[in-house]
Amino acid sequence: MKTARIAPNALVGGVIMAGVLGCALLGAFWTPRDPLALDFAARLAPPGAGHWLGTDEFGRDVASRLMAGAATSAWISLLSVVSAVGFGTALGVLTGYLRGTFDRIAMAFNDALLAFPGMLLALGLLAVFGANRWGIIAALAIAYTPSVTRVVRGTVLSLREREFVDASRVMGNSELFTMARHVLPNCIAPIAVLATSMFGWALLSESALSFLGLGVPPPAPTWGNMLAASRPHFEQAVWLGIFPGVCISLTLLGINLLGDALRDRLDPRMRGTR
Amino acid sequence: MTKNDSPLVRVHDLSLEVAASGKRVVDSVGFEVRAGELVGIVGESGSGKTLVARALMRLEPAAIAHAGGAIEIDGRDVRALAPAALRALRGGRVGMVFQEPMTSLNPAMRIGRQLEEGLVRHRRASAAERRALIAAMLARVGIDDVERALAAYPHEFSGGMRQRIMLASVMLLRPALLIADEPTTALDALVQREVVELMVELARSEGTAVLMISHDLSMVARYTDRVVVMCEGRVVEQGATGALMAQPQHPYTRRLLDAMPRRLTAKTPLVGAPLVEVRGLTVDYPGRGGLFKRGAARRALHGIDLAIAPGEVVAVVGASGSGKTTLGRVIAGLVRASGGEVRFAGHGVGAARRGGSRDYRLNCQMVFQDPYSSLDPRMSVGGAIGEALRHVPGLGAGEKATRVAESLDEVGLGSAYALRFPHELSGGQRQRVAIARALVRRPKFVVADEPVSALDMTVRAQVLDLLADLQRRHGFACLFISHDLSAVEQIADRVVVMQDGRIVEQGLRDAIFDRPRHAYTRRLLSAIPALEATGSGGVRLRWRFDGDAQAAAVPRHAASAITAEAALVGR
Repeated sequence: MKTARIAPNALVGGVIMAGVLGCALLGAFWTPRDPLALDFAARLAPPGAGHWLGTDEFGRDVASRLMAGAATSAWISLLSVVSAVGFGTALGVLTGYLRGTFDRIAMAFNDALLAFPGMLLALGLLAVFGANRWGIIAALAIAYTPSVTRVVRGTVLSLREREFVDASRVMGNSELFTMARHVLPNCIAPIAVLATSMFGWALLSESALSFLGLGVPPPAPTWGNMLAASRPHFEQAVWLGIFPGVCISLTLLGINLLGDALRDRLDPRMRGTR
Repeated sequence: MTKNDSPLVRVHDLSLEVAASGKRVVDSVGFEVRAGELVGIVGESGSGKTLVARALMRLEPAAIAHAGGAIEIDGRDVRALAPAALRALRGGRVGMVFQEPMTSLNPAMRIGRQLEEGLVRHRRASAAERRALIAAMLARVGIDDVERALAAYPHEFSGGMRQRIMLASVMLLRPALLIADEPTTALDALVQREVVELMVELARSEGTAVLMISHDLSMVARYTDRVVVMCEGRVVEQGATGALMAQPQHPYTRRLLDAMPRRLTAKTPLVGAPLVEVRGLTVDYPGRGGLFKRGAARRALHGIDLAIAPGEVVAVVGASGSGKTTLGRVIAGLVRASGGEVRFAGHGVGAARRGGSRDYRLNCQMVFQDPYSSLDPRMSVGGAIGEALRHVPGLGAGEKATRVAESLDEVGLGSAYALRFPHELSGGQRQRVAIARALVRRPKFVVADEPVSALDMTVRAQVLDLLADLQRRHGFACLFISHDLSAVEQIADRVVVMQDGRIVEQGLRDAIFDRPRHAYTRRLLSAIPALEATGSGGVRLRWRFDGDAQAAAVPRHAASAITAEAALVGR
């Protein structure tokens, strides 16, 4: 089969995400300056040669802090989405395929969780887990799992009525094999779409939690707490708010483009049509 | 019919193309429909017959562009009509009955209001007059409790009833032309006949011309005055129905007529120990209960006894809801029986689930109805067929690939298809893949649940021939579930007739088809027109039983109550 030409949305999304993840990876090991080093002489310096993106109210280098923050923010979002998708998919496939009492009980819990606004649930859970990065990951994962379960269960419910699932059973395949081989792969498209948009929500939630002071504790930088900290100085140093904001928006754009491309790519019907 | 009365519809040299690609989908089509005439358009999917019908009312999809020719209704070019005149034409002069009764009525609107819409738009009548007209028309199409029906929503009616209501809503406006696009394809054989006959009767008594679009030659042969045969966007042949059927001129028409299933000589009855045996089988579907109470169970099968000899093809026929599909699914192990047992080669299966019935699992396969749903869209053809070999003990990867290639050759696709994905295949090709998947294990027994009913006429004949051919070659026993009696007539050795979860009659094919004893079997059989070959390569209608001929010659009714009332306001 010929390799399909790369779709424009995949290209743009891929370049953006490669940039963001590259910065995050780099930021974990090296930044232009120490993101925590204070320099009161250069407080609220505008972007320029010394500090590319300026400095904050303590004279810390914004570019370095954004890089370091990318590592924290991206890592938290990624881990929470991956765990939400993992749990949610497993639960969704099981409830949707097995039905019965298990389904009813599991879905009752699920809907109860779903009834809380995600942010409120995360706030409550953070109070339990404590405000650190693992707490945030756990809280966000638990807050997002119910929506994944709902989406996957719905897809599975319609898939299990399809005749190819019956065909697999007639061949003598076990329920587990049928689920893994025929049901799960056909859920990938909705899961991929949901996961990419959830990555965006997680990034925003992490930012929002940090903004509220419940996120990763200072002085460790995240895009969210940088945005939050910029508020009092907005009139003197507008770049303090703009740069983290742009980072968040750009990442969301990239991940959504990539998600769309991924969904098209994973659909066998789209193969070789471009 | 004299030469000088102008036709109601005149389609002249009409061409339509896909706007984006310039592909001709309808090419220089021309035909006429005279007032009160019943004309059939026959063709397979993709022949452009539906597009032509829709173009008559300017309802073709936006992606389709006009590429020449004209459509005249009442001598006026439809394409030149102003929007207001076009709206008056739609519904008022030309009515349309769609294929899918389940979606052609608005589910959120009461029947009464839905029927009233057209009257309000096209006829001047007071609310009381409208109500009287609607009630009279509903009674006319065979709705018993008219008052209740007016206040009911579409989901409260069966498919056949909805199609009657649809018909009522169209005929209410007394159009000069009724376009019926595959009006009964989605219905059962029995209901199909009732609805078509109602439509023909209504049209005759109101003097409405009918343009009946169908892929079902026998239906068209039975009810129309003239036939237009379409193939790949062209009219290949047209003429008076009887003459055209008797002496088809165009090779495509002959091919279409050849595709009509014919009875083959029966095999000698098979005797011996049954391969598959079903004893006292009952199946209950749990009813829908409330939160705390269990709903009453619905019994789908009432104590079925059935034995299938090795190499025998047993057909199960019956209307939908007769339990024939459930029977097939229980035997294939997809539905658990509530009582009774299924025995294979003398051993019970079903109770012991997987381990104990391994022999049965390897030897029982199934071909499903819908080729669009029975193949995993994410799996290549080779992968799907190869998966069936998963549980065959001691089979290497190379051997597996050979078997897959062999079975693809056998179903006429060729081993190159192993790399294709289902979406790249046509319906017929998919069904061939499904057959290859079922047969690659060389099973002794195959359940085929309506294996050809989703396919086009000529493809249906090919797939049916293939199945019959493979059955003869490999000698597997087959439970052939179908509501298509003509297919059954071709392939079955023995026929089992089911009604409401019970077997009402069973016997050798020729006995059932020629000398049915049970009244239900007679009704089923007379619902399908039989075509028999004439010496000249054509076919003609054959009435199975006395009385059928009279029933089909629908009397031209005298003015009925509705006509009198309609005359009052239809000015």
